[in-house]
Amino acid sequence: MELKEKLLSSFLAFENQVDVDTYVHDIRSKAIKTFENKGFPNKKDEAWKYTSLNKILKEDYSVFSKEENNLDYNDVKKYLIHDIDSYKIIFIDGKYSSHLSETTHDGMDVCLMSAALTKPKYRLVIENYFNKIAKDDSLAALNTAFSQEGAFINIPKNKLAEKPIQVIHFSTGKESSLMLQPRNLIVVGENSHVQIIERHQSLTSNPVLTNSVTEIFASKRAIVDYYKVQNDKQNASLIDNTYINQKQQSHVSVHTFSFGGKLTRNNLNFYQNGERIDSTLKGVTIIGDKQHVDHNTLVHHIEPNCESHQDYKGIFGDSATGVFNGKVVVEKEAQKTNAFQANNNILVSDKASINTKPQLEIFADDVKCSHGCTIGQLDESAMFYLRSRGIPEKEAKALLMYAFANNVLESVKIPELKKRINKLIANKLGVNIGFDL
Amino acid sequence: MSKYTEDDLREELKTKEYEYGFYTDIKSDTFPVGLNEDIVKAISKKKEEPKWMTDWRLEAFRVWQEMIEPEWANVHYEKPDFQAISYYSAPNSKPKYDSLDEVDPELLDTFKKLGISLDEQKKLAGVAMDVVVDSVSVATTFKKTLAEKGIIFCSISEAIQEHPELVKKYIGTVVPRTDNFYAALNSAVFSDGSFCYIPKGVKCPMELSTYFRINQAGTGQFERTLVIADEGSYVSYLEGCTAPSRDENQLHAAVVELIALDDAEIKYSTVQNWYPGNAEGKGGVYNFVTKRGLCETNSKISWTQVETGSAVTWKYPSCVLKGDNSVGEFYSIAVTNNFQQADTGTKMIHLGKNTKSTIISKGISAGKSQNSYRGLVQVSSRADNARNFSQCDSLLMGNECGAHTFPYIEAKNKSAQIEHEATTSKIGEDQIFYCNQRGIDTEKAIALIVNGFSKEVLNKLPMEFAVEAQKLLEISLEGSVG
Repeated sequence: MELKEKLLSSFLAFENQVDVDTYVHDIRSKAIKTFENKGFPNKKDEAWKYTSLNKILKEDYSVFSKEENNLDYNDVKKYLIHDIDSYKIIFIDGKYSSHLSETTHDGMDVCLMSAALTKPKYRLVIENYFNKIAKDDSLAALNTAFSQEGAFINIPKNKLAEKPIQVIHFSTGKESSLMLQPRNLIVVGENSHVQIIERHQSLTSNPVLTNSVTEIFASKRAIVDYYKVQNDKQNASLIDNTYINQKQQSHVSVHTFSFGGKLTRNNLNFYQNGERIDSTLKGVTIIGDKQHVDHNTLVHHIEPNCESHQDYKGIFGDSATGVFNGKVVVEKEAQKTNAFQANNNILVSDKASINTKPQLEIFADDVKCSHGCTIGQLDESAMFYLRSRGIPEKEAKALLMYAFANNVLESVKIPELKKRINKLIANKLGVNIGFDL
Repeated sequence: MSKYTEDDLREELKTKEYEYGFYTDIKSDTFPVGLNEDIVKAISKKKEEPKWMTDWRLEAFRVWQEMIEPEWANVHYEKPDFQAISYYSAPNSKPKYDSLDEVDPELLDTFKKLGISLDEQKKLAGVAMDVVVDSVSVATTFKKTLAEKGIIFCSISEAIQEHPELVKKYIGTVVPRTDNFYAALNSAVFSDGSFCYIPKGVKCPMELSTYFRINQAGTGQFERTLVIADEGSYVSYLEGCTAPSRDENQLHAAVVELIALDDAEIKYSTVQNWYPGNAEGKGGVYNFVTKRGLCETNSKISWTQVETGSAVTWKYPSCVLKGDNSVGEFYSIAVTNNFQQADTGTKMIHLGKNTKSTIISKGISAGKSQNSYRGLVQVSSRADNARNFSQCDSLLMGNECGAHTFPYIEAKNKSAQIEHEATTSKIGEDQIFYCNQRGIDTEKAIALIVNGFSKEVLNKLPMEFAVEAQKLLEISLEGSVG
């Protein structure tokens, strides 16, 4: 495979260029070997049965952006939740953009991975957390090998991050095709609370492949709300690998809104290392054309008295394909676990397809686990009700679809973001109605 | 015989001396161990098969050689050595015991609980038995009734001899030789099995059962079953036996093919209770079965299975809903105890328009066992208005067992309506308490609750099986309360 060869040879150049201490160097070298051995996943891997990377791997991606590119704030304002005060960590073609960003070191660190990896004062954090929960699979290893830039968020104990943090990756299209490998590390201390919004946005139609890894550590009683907005251009593909390690009584929720991109793969993994943990995984997928969105989730219940809630809704039009592969593992010790998983899908076109595989693997007896999944259409009687009240067909359909997706939106805790998502949904459904009725 | 009643069947089962006579001339043969083309040819020759059949087997053998043993199932076991198996052994006509007193008392105890008659017990345990005088006549009447209706029900070897045109036309059409490793192996070496053909418009008047015949012949290690229901016909077919079977064969790789032509209906019920190994997980049968049915227009295939035995079970009775308006059903109870492992489920392939399928699967795991449901519901782009409902419930008893669900759902048609739900739970303490309070001891209470849990599936079994199956569930879970 050509891209693989290219990446392997680029790695040598990359290692020479970055200034690293031996600790991270060892991790990188090990990771590139893992990638070399495993290669890119193919359809024979059970986890990739329904998603083929072949097409997007054929592009001749530049592994590094050649020059630093700049963007004008007004041009990209619309991709930000700009009407609220927030911290911003913004990257352009994989390089940090200081003039668009707003970082802090005041009581907590909202800054860059490159700083964290190189500055001695972060050494301890890096040694304790970096690459501790990312899986050893080929794509995560590939990211680890090239890990250099991304967001580094370190919230100490008893701290409420008073404004949300936006992490946005722009690609300008100056390179004819670009591969990005952002690496984020988020450490949230005891009793702390943080809200994070992540977005990948390409600005031209040149192909972009993003292979992102995010590690999140939630300490005791920490609360983390993470929102992923995926509404990228037609030629942008995203492989998102997120790993979350939770300690006792922590609450972590991840909302994924997938409306765009050519191929989107979300590997979302929760590990519950403590009691009375709550994990929430929610997602809305609305796609058309030839788009492909694949949600691959894992919730690993390791200790007793924990809960997990999964709710994924999908609407698929044109020739779009959707995949949901949700796995819940309940270990022997994890008694009194409550795990729920729901996946509901609507196919609106004859060429659209959906493959879903909700799995349960349960080794404890005193548990309540259930999963449900449906594939269906809009309720005809509901349609009739709306039509008989003078609502045009298109709007009626949109209303019903909106209602279908709504219980995922309900738990979004940033009102401005909710409004924005509402707009995106209206846009996606091709109607012009305000949904915040 | 105008109507075949339950009493007749009981009588039938009691005597069980249905003599087909197809084993008479091969009494003491056993082939050397190992598998090669010569063995395949020899099996075919032994059965006096026509050339096309020999070629068919050889082709399957060649395909099998190219294949690798599948590993994707959620089971762990020591792989059988295919060169250490004797692929043909004629039934042993010599009784194992001279009287019931010599038989393992544990086995007899189980028989008693199942309510199996003394004569039948002797038969099942392999005790020498006096020939019941009128048994032959009963068997003959039975065969006569079927013959009057034009129903062919015989061993597959006999069918190859006497109805080659039917066998040739249908064998391997639903489960091709290339389908999977075990299907290919079976196609190459199958020793015997059953063949059933129901002519156009005929409603088979009785439950067709193979178990008396097969028990008599010593269970075929590589069974091949072919059931063809011609247009507008109906048949209910029973396979297996509730009584525990102490079989020496470690590997069972059977293939069952059902063909329901237009407007036909096949109901196929299985009770499987092979030797599951001892309480430490030693020994036991590997049961790797390929079962599949093909539904033409307006037809229906219904699978019902109760799986309690075998150390490793690996079985997915499936329906290919090819014709418009066809219906597929799958009702299953899988019980695992001690060190048993079961990976079972179904595939519903919706190809025709307005096709419907229902999947009800109940898994009960106890001891240190692992129980998996693995299913596929596939709706092709031409299958307008396909409808599926799946429900998989698991019951866990004890914290050393596991219950797993692997449903695959693939929809390519916007008018498809698919629902899948699965739950996992344990027997509620409050439920047990309720029973205890009313003077029902814990063991009985669990049996009661398990029966309630499995009711939806038990109800689908033919009546004479349902009662035994219920008791079987109780026995399988005995001692798992703790």
